[in-house]
Amino acid sequence: MLDVSNVYDTFPRFLSGAGVTLGVSLAGFALGTVIALGLLLLARSRLAPARWIAAVYTSFIRGTPLLVQILVVYYALPGLMGIDLSPLVAGVLSLAFNSAAFIAEILRAGLTRIPTGQFEAAKALALPRHVVAFNVILPQLMRNVVPPMVSEFTMLVKASAILSVITVVELTRTAQHVMTETFRPVDAFVTAAAIYFIILYAFSMVARRLEHNDKRAAR
Amino acid sequence: MNDMPETEPAAVEITGLNKWYGDYHALRDIQLSVAPGERIVICGPSGSGKSSLIRCINRLERHDKGSITVEGLELTDDKKRIRTIRREIGMVFQHFNLFPHMTILENCMLAPMSARKLTRPKAEELARRFLGRVHIPEQADKYPGQLSGGQQQRAAIARALCMSPRIMLFDEPTSALDPEIIKEVLDTMIELANDGMTMLCVTHEMGFARQIADRVVFMDHGRIVETAPPGDFFTNPRQDRTRLFLRQLLH
Ligand SMILES: Nc1ncnc2c1ncn2[C@@H]1O[C@H](COP(=O)(O)OP(=O)(O)OP(=O)(O)O)[C@@H](O)[C@H]1O
Ligand SMILES: [Mg+2]
Repeated sequence: MLDVSNVYDTFPRFLSGAGVTLGVSLAGFALGTVIALGLLLLARSRLAPARWIAAVYTSFIRGTPLLVQILVVYYALPGLMGIDLSPLVAGVLSLAFNSAAFIAEILRAGLTRIPTGQFEAAKALALPRHVVAFNVILPQLMRNVVPPMVSEFTMLVKASAILSVITVVELTRTAQHVMTETFRPVDAFVTAAAIYFIILYAFSMVARRLEHNDKRAAR
Repeated sequence: MNDMPETEPAAVEITGLNKWYGDYHALRDIQLSVAPGERIVICGPSGSGKSSLIRCINRLERHDKGSITVEGLELTDDKKRIRTIRREIGMVFQHFNLFPHMTILENCMLAPMSARKLTRPKAEELARRFLGRVHIPEQADKYPGQLSGGQQQRAAIARALCMSPRIMLFDEPTSALDPEIIKEVLDTMIELANDGMTMLCVTHEMGFARQIADRVVFMDHGRIVETAPPGDFFTNPRQDRTRLFLRQLLH
């Protein structure tokens, strides 16, 4: 049975664990989006080797388990590059590398949903390239990609639990610590699960609200 | 420039124009000279190359052979030159292609501010003036999706006019509209024609052609089959192909 006073006593630690979970997920997602934009540019490049790099990267990420990717970043990358990575940095990097492949695909699909007439109108108006990108295409792309981007982010929050294996003290690792100290696994993991659920549910509500507003603005 | 011709150059001068899409020969030996202020209506069956022709003029399509000269400037692959020529040409599309996330006013202000470097107040003044000219000044702050098709198309015309183009291209501007709305767009175009704008207009609105066209160009299979003033074109077409087309149009 759940021991309410035990949960109450350990709750601050769960909150800080949840903070780390959110932090690494947000940072990984943001960096992943930047890498995804780079991948998108590579994939649409006129140079075949650039397209090839993007394709290999994407199939590597999709074709290997996230856990293995994390271990590669944490153990193999420092050896290869001669730099030491803290678990936290390695964690953020691996989430970023992983999500980049999926975000690139989301952005690509979002771009194809913008009618060609929009690009043609922009050309006919002799708009400079940066105006086309930032004032015409990007706002429409954002509208197209909000729902899949939020769902990718929620995937990432869940995936971040695996970072516990490289000793990042996020929510899941916190629950493991609390369990070994209190010998109450039910309290620890039910609390962690509840917090995960609240975070993800909140994001899905925000996403629905955004989608709803966009639909109205688009009418 | 030291090689200015003595006479005013044609607004658009097209010679020996050919275009292929892969193996498909879409435009064949097109020859067309449009004088400043002239109004050309282009008609012809579906797939005859009407859109391809006018889209070559502002480089939405690249031509493969021949030359296109706009206001004395030949279209080449040079990006700056393409930009310069596009600034002289306004285009109105069948499906309006307004930017859905901007208000009508913002749609109209974007090109003046970024391509012509006008200040915001100047661009707004210009935009409101042209929205007045197409008779939708009260729609300025709405989004495209809140307007009727006819209002959207007039907004698109205003947006193109805000670049102060010397030439306007229309690609079937009324064929996506309900019949009862077509007239308001045509009336706007007639006013524009009466103001002396150089116009190339792909349309099957033959009443409009009779009223404003200086010449009607009939295309078939990528060729210009016949060019004639509307009086001759409609009452006394020279080519059998034209006669057949007109008969089908009137069914
Ligand atoms: N981007 C393209 N790629 C391949 N073929 C094309 C392309 N654009 C047009 N075509 C082909 O070229 C021919 C001429 O097309 P175009 O759009 O110029 O005709 P149109 O006279 O405007 O026809 P419509 O009245 O249907 O608009 C058609 O057979 C069309 O299928
Ligand atoms: Mg067409």
